[in-house]
Amino acid sequence: MARKRAKADAATAPVTTVVVMCLYVAGKAPNSVRAIANLEAICRRHLKGGYKLEIVDVCEHPRRALADGVLVTPSLTKVSPAPAANVIGNLSDTSSVLAALGLHAGDLN
Amino acid sequence: MTARKHATPRPLSKVATGIQGFDEISHGGLPQNRTSLAMGGPGTGKTVFALQALVNAARDRKQPGLFVAFEEGASEIFANAATFGWGLPALARSALFFLDARLSPTVVQSGDFDLGGMLAILEAKKQELGAGWIVFDGVDVLLRLLQNPGAEMREIYRLRDWLADNDLTAIITAKIDGDASSPASYGFMQFMVDCVIRFDRRLEQEISVRRLEITKYRGSEFATGEFPLSFGPQGMEVAAPGTAEILHEAPSARVSSGFAGLDSMLGGGVFRGSSTLITGAPGTSKTTLAGKFAESACQRGERTLFVSFDESGARIQRNLTSVGIRLDAHMKSGLLRMYSGRTDVNNPEEHLIRIAALLLEHRPRCMVIDPLSAIARTGALSSARAVCNRLIYKMRDHRVTAIITALVGGDDPQVEATELQISTIADTWIHLSYVVRGGERNRALTIVKSRGTRHSNQVRELVLSAAGPALADVYSAGGEVLMGTLRWEKEAEERTRKLQRRAAFTHKRRELQFAEADIVARITALQLDLDRQRAELALYTPEDEVRHVTSDERENQLRKIRGAGAATKVAPVPSRRRVARISARSRGNGGKEPRRGP
Repeated sequence: MARKRAKADAATAPVTTVVVMCLYVAGKAPNSVRAIANLEAICRRHLKGGYKLEIVDVCEHPRRALADGVLVTPSLTKVSPAPAANVIGNLSDTSSVLAALGLHAGDLN
Repeated sequence: MTARKHATPRPLSKVATGIQGFDEISHGGLPQNRTSLAMGGPGTGKTVFALQALVNAARDRKQPGLFVAFEEGASEIFANAATFGWGLPALARSALFFLDARLSPTVVQSGDFDLGGMLAILEAKKQELGAGWIVFDGVDVLLRLLQNPGAEMREIYRLRDWLADNDLTAIITAKIDGDASSPASYGFMQFMVDCVIRFDRRLEQEISVRRLEITKYRGSEFATGEFPLSFGPQGMEVAAPGTAEILHEAPSARVSSGFAGLDSMLGGGVFRGSSTLITGAPGTSKTTLAGKFAESACQRGERTLFVSFDESGARIQRNLTSVGIRLDAHMKSGLLRMYSGRTDVNNPEEHLIRIAALLLEHRPRCMVIDPLSAIARTGALSSARAVCNRLIYKMRDHRVTAIITALVGGDDPQVEATELQISTIADTWIHLSYVVRGGERNRALTIVKSRGTRHSNQVRELVLSAAGPALADVYSAGGEVLMGTLRWEKEAEERTRKLQRRAAFTHKRRELQFAEADIVARITALQLDLDRQRAELALYTPEDEVRHVTSDERENQLRKIRGAGAATKVAPVPSRRRVARISARSRGNGGKEPRRGP
């Protein structure tokens, strides 16, 4: 099941673009559970301007994962804005996640 | 040599890889539904091994498979495998699935990850295809990303559990750096899997030799030791030692060696399925004899393989044409297969594997290897010897009648015996040498040995002409076989003598004929004389009779007239008087006595 969480609010943050992301997880695997928690924390803290996150459970949608070129889990893909970026791992290293997303810690604080 | 490892109450079921030689040394292939590890340095053939097993399963047993590539992309693998006749792209559409599992270099890593997602994808694909095989190629690349020995071990166990749950026959390939004998990094992986195959490549006498060794096989026996491997047109081939016991048939049928002179020296030709060694210095026409054998085999309609080294088949064919050996038509018809190997590129093992593959591919009944001694040019001599032995056994396994040539430096055939030591295994050994005498260098042929057959001990001169090789008639003088001009002179002398003999004979015969004709002529003349005499005789007889009668009558009448007694005068007088009288009276007529009395 894909869970969609859209917290985009264009009216409150007209300057920042909406970040579209996709997180691929493997069921309730420890790393996957941790990744979801870590990402949600990052979004809360750093993506106040708005983001769109899709969480795909690879165990349930293997074809989707294959089509998207996802191999290891958890894996985060930034779809837009360009450039696209990929982060693998449980996203415990916040600064590297932010760097991959084109954000810097403190930018939006 | 086999070693029993573990005794299992239930035999392990194995699945053949279809890789020539490997199934023999592993006694049946890889363990079914279990995991095997192929490890070795770069360029040792791990990926080809795994891919070939997968392809064979998909193609020959219709068993689909998955290939997970951590190192190379699918297109690169296709390109690499295109040199082998596997038809990989076609298989990839139906029976094989290639997962490009390379991580993009732009991927950022943040914290731990696992293989759960990939295994989920593979599980879905496996169910979709009904796959029985899976290959993880270059798993070390992925594990290195984990950057944590604990995580590596965890993921390997995850992999193992997944494989066990999914009933897949798996091959995992992993690179090891440096010394192959101390693979400390994948120690736990070796414990985990059921079969470990170690690949190795090293330089031997400036020639790169690849080898593989089964270092572990749970619940099975296997051939221990390292086995050379090489890459043929059908992929990897492992030089398996074959069975320890020699079980070759010994057919008594004869095969022509190519020309009648040699056949009669060998007591009717060589045995079917035997191997004949022809040794000789350079230029002693070893190739010509071999070519003649190949030509006659083709003329009998037998499939023939001509393996040459360092000279192309086309050149050999051209050169042989000059001595009246025509191979071109047989090459075109596909009956004759020419294969030419380069000795500076391949090592002996690779040659052997290539020839073995050709034996299977062409299925020849007769074959030529020219010259086998070229095999020993590169690499270690000991391995070349082993290769030659195995080659001859392989040819016997295939019941191929073979002619093998070998170059020897000197005129002494014993030199060969110490070089490659094939003369002891060969059934027939023909030695060609130069005989320098009378300012000439001539070719001499000797049969050194021929097992199980009567053979001539005569040294013969081998003569090459546009009509092909032939053995000259033997002329010996003073215990030496005459050759070349000396033989020619002897032959000319013989011819002159023969001519002289014939002339003398004709002369004598003619003389006798004259004498006969003379006698006949004389007989005819005498006969004519005789006939004339007889005719005359016949002419005279009646006249004489008439005369006799008349004279007698007249005498009687005269007597009557005179009144004298008729016979008184006559009685005492013998016929002689009368004859005289008669002859006096009538010339030429006599001997007839008067029978009539008065």
